[in-house]
Amino acid sequence: MNLHAIKAIYKFELARTWRTLFQSIAGPVISTSLYFIVFGAAIGSRFAAVEGVSYGAFLVPGLVMMSVLTESVSNASFGIYMPRYSGTIYELLSAPVSAFETVIGYVGAAATKSVILGTLILLTARLFVDFSIAHPVWMVAFLMLTSVTFSLLGFILGIWADGWEKLQIVPMLIVTPLAFLGGSFYSISMLSPFWQKVTLFNPVVYLVSGFRWSFYGAADVPVALSLGMVALMMAVCLAVVWWIFRTGYKLKN
Amino acid sequence: MQPIIEIRGLEKTYASGFQALKGVDLDIRRGEILALLGPNGAGKTTLISIVCGIVRPTSGSVTVDGHDILRDWRAARSLIGLVPQELTTEAFESVWATVSFSRGLFGKPPDPAVIERILKDLSLWDKKDTKVMALSGGMKRRVLIAKALSHEPRILFLDEPTAGVDVELRRGMWEMIGRLRDSGVTIILTTHYIEEAEEMADSIGVISGGRIILVEEKAALMEKLGKRLLTLQLQNPLDAIPAELAGYPLTLSEGGRELVYQFDTQQERTGIAGLLRKLGDHGITYTNLRTNESSLEEIFVSLVRERA
Repeated sequence: MNLHAIKAIYKFELARTWRTLFQSIAGPVISTSLYFIVFGAAIGSRFAAVEGVSYGAFLVPGLVMMSVLTESVSNASFGIYMPRYSGTIYELLSAPVSAFETVIGYVGAAATKSVILGTLILLTARLFVDFSIAHPVWMVAFLMLTSVTFSLLGFILGIWADGWEKLQIVPMLIVTPLAFLGGSFYSISMLSPFWQKVTLFNPVVYLVSGFRWSFYGAADVPVALSLGMVALMMAVCLAVVWWIFRTGYKLKN
Repeated sequence: MQPIIEIRGLEKTYASGFQALKGVDLDIRRGEILALLGPNGAGKTTLISIVCGIVRPTSGSVTVDGHDILRDWRAARSLIGLVPQELTTEAFESVWATVSFSRGLFGKPPDPAVIERILKDLSLWDKKDTKVMALSGGMKRRVLIAKALSHEPRILFLDEPTAGVDVELRRGMWEMIGRLRDSGVTIILTTHYIEEAEEMADSIGVISGGRIILVEEKAALMEKLGKRLLTLQLQNPLDAIPAELAGYPLTLSEGGRELVYQFDTQQERTGIAGLLRKLGDHGITYTNLRTNESSLEEIFVSLVRERA
């Protein structure tokens, strides 16, 4: 195991986060805060409570999840796409570093950043709305699992993309819509029976539901199912990453 | 002594169907500087990329200090440093950060003293906190060398290290490569510049069309490459070379209309002036003269034909 390489990649990637502090941390925190101000504090007070939770508080887990999802994907995809784009990937490919170590370094750094971001958004949200966390350990577990899974997805995206446009397409056309329609702003029980069924095909629903359960003890789908879905998504991503390194897909000729 | 790199029957066919290497056998001796010369597209970079693990071989084997590059890749790669042809550097990181990153990537614990020595050797010490994007091309080239040396490799690959580097800097780089060799590092460099090979290499390998055409000690090859031709177009064709000119290495061509003189640019005196005087003395007039300043690539082509 090349521990020094894992450490080097991890440190190098996190250094990029600190260097672009405003864009990578402050930006998402500020934009999520705007949601809290508009939907939570301003309009939210006119909305009825959802499942016994005020609408402002109801929003918190969903909005944190939405930021964590999109930031994990974009950060991890950028982290591995950048060296491919600039050509510096030659060094990684010629180094005594295994695929596993590479993934731990890049995905670990991206996931770490997402966890930090999620925590900061939670702290900021506390300034606008009152909320409690019923199962803090599960909350942290969901946060970390989601960060890792979607960082893996971002890593795959960063290797698949041939250009900056492709790099933007998946987050813009797939991740963001799924996150918006994944029950961040509403409980799926509010939907008609038909749309409830359709919504269950959206994997984000399970994440948001499980995460919200860890706050308020109420969930749209059983918690075990939420955990199972995260595990399944992670397994699929790991399998794709394994295949990428086995075949050298877009990395080696 | 066992060669530090042994290449056997190495072939590479890219997905496009292009066969870049057609069975390369090459031994590289421990501690030598091998210059790999060849025209563009000869397979130099492919060869280096396979040894370094960037490109997968189609068939054949490579061992680095006894370690197979596929089975024992970790040990093999740990011994190698690579300076790529393109100036591919991170943009926003400092020189210090990017060189330290490389050391870690190759499995070595952080050692600020080593990084400091490398940066000082390459005259980059005063730039250690500068972002790489703010450096000149020559400095970026040196950053790439610093990155390749950061894990103290035993073998260094330099893919056209002095392309686009000014004369003064090229001299400095040659000196640095000489010092590395003195410390026992085996160096393989590719180049287009004959003087670069001449200045530094112990051995010269010529690669063309995916095959190694020859590998020779520098001295022997320089003699071969050092020849130049002077061609005189004669006003009146000659049947034979006049006896008075027998002392010169002359040949007639184009049915006696051209007189070709072979001379050696390595010698201080080429003998051209003396020859032309003698021609005048004997009333042999010429309408035109040209020297064949054949480029290295042309010499390669002739070498390829010669061996084919």
